[in-house]
Amino acid sequence: MNENIIEVRNLSKKFTNHQAVKNISFDLKRGEIKGILGANGAGKTTTITMLLGLLTPTSGSIKILSHDISKNRYKILDKINFSSPYVDLPKKLTVRQNLFVYGMLYGVANINKKIKSIAKELGFENLLDLKVGELSSGQKTRVSLGKAIINDPEILFLDEPTASLDPDTADRIRTFFENFCKKHDTAIILASHNMEEVTRLCDSVIMMKNGEITDQGSPSSLLKKYGKKKLEDVFLKIAREEGNR
Amino acid sequence: MKSLARIFALVIRYFYLIKTSFPRILELMYWPTFQMILWGLIAKYLTYSNDTALQIGGVLIAGVLLWDVLFRSQLGFSLSFLEEIWSRNLGQLFVSPLKPLEMVLSLMTISLIRTVIAIIPAALLAIPLYSFSLFQMGFSLMLFFSSLLITGWILGIFIIAAIIRFGVSAESLAWGAIFTLAPLSAIYYPIQTLPEWIRWLSLSFPQTYVFEGMREVLFNNNFNTVYFIKSLILNLVYALLAIVVFLVSFEGARKRGGLINTGE
Repeated sequence: MNENIIEVRNLSKKFTNHQAVKNISFDLKRGEIKGILGANGAGKTTTITMLLGLLTPTSGSIKILSHDISKNRYKILDKINFSSPYVDLPKKLTVRQNLFVYGMLYGVANINKKIKSIAKELGFENLLDLKVGELSSGQKTRVSLGKAIINDPEILFLDEPTASLDPDTADRIRTFFENFCKKHDTAIILASHNMEEVTRLCDSVIMMKNGEITDQGSPSSLLKKYGKKKLEDVFLKIAREEGNR
Repeated sequence: MKSLARIFALVIRYFYLIKTSFPRILELMYWPTFQMILWGLIAKYLTYSNDTALQIGGVLIAGVLLWDVLFRSQLGFSLSFLEEIWSRNLGQLFVSPLKPLEMVLSLMTISLIRTVIAIIPAALLAIPLYSFSLFQMGFSLMLFFSSLLITGWILGIFIIAAIIRFGVSAESLAWGAIFTLAPLSAIYYPIQTLPEWIRWLSLSFPQTYVFEGMREVLFNNNFNTVYFIKSLILNLVYALLAIVVFLVSFEGARKRGGLINTGE
């Protein structure tokens, strides 16, 4: 787990009217789960979108799996994947059809076998022949996560992965990701508002506010540093301190 | 090889959409058939007079059908792309290894499939209804079809570039933009019918040469190679321009965050 597979240096993004991300730097190691925490508008999604190459940074650099993504983005795209509430899968296609298409896009071998195994692991075997538009939001989330792991990614970007799941399903999904990361040595960048989830899953945490990294470290080191018992209290302390400036 | 698999994956994705919806297939065939019947009746009315009018009737029906090749090609291309916008799937696609030009190639393929589904029934129906067979043009028909198909793709590329740049508010271009070209494309009448001062504009469109060539085949049974080459050269020039505009628009969307936010 010592190799850096993501290196972000002095990354900034300025839109016409505001600076969404300001000069942030961090690393992600193989097999590491890193949480990005912050209030709405803190710059979490903008950061992830830049890491995915969907958004061009204003300045700074991003290296993923040793490739500068401003030059060699297509060399790493089959090794990463993502799930986000800001995108959907086509509603008029069945779950199976969607996964088949994405399996082909990612060059997955034995796609049908892979679809069966993912559906079993994420508990949506009975949904495979339903259209995505007919699913509940929780079911859609599970299918979207299925799409996110179809290529056994080396790096997974998850934006609010359990936001619309009931506590039981959310717990199962967290357990699934713990096991998935161990099995495949996959690294995860996780943007979440769920502090329990972050405390349970993440090896390290980045705290963001107004586009800047205000602090980072392991959940236990942050708890110790701020003298709190829960990560939520650390989050609130940082958010409110910054807000009072 | 991987690139071909990705293009094929997206073609399958669009094919699933057509396959699973009978109304979609019906809708594809409905308008070309409707247009052909309507114009066929007008042509039939004209043919009461003399032999020349009979020929004009055939030319009108051929014009209707070939214009629909261009329209369906453009529409099939643009609508398939709009499906991605409507389903908020663009972000998912461009995080996958799919390259923008691979997407364009898959849109071209599905546009060809949609155009064939749309045009063939109407062309076949014209034979018993009006004793006019588009297929009498033989090999020329294939060349005209190919040229118009390519022109439709080029228009489609310009339209999706506009949609990527301006968002869903530009989606009406997919239905309407092509009709601004119709009066200048010499579909139903020769280019000499147009006022002289605007003929240069008509001659800058590849489809004008196809329709002029089509009339020459139907009236004189002669395939005008010069017209066809001119349409090919213009298609090539516009295709290069369209690809550049599309790639610039795509990069612009990456700067603005438009790939992830574009949706209904």
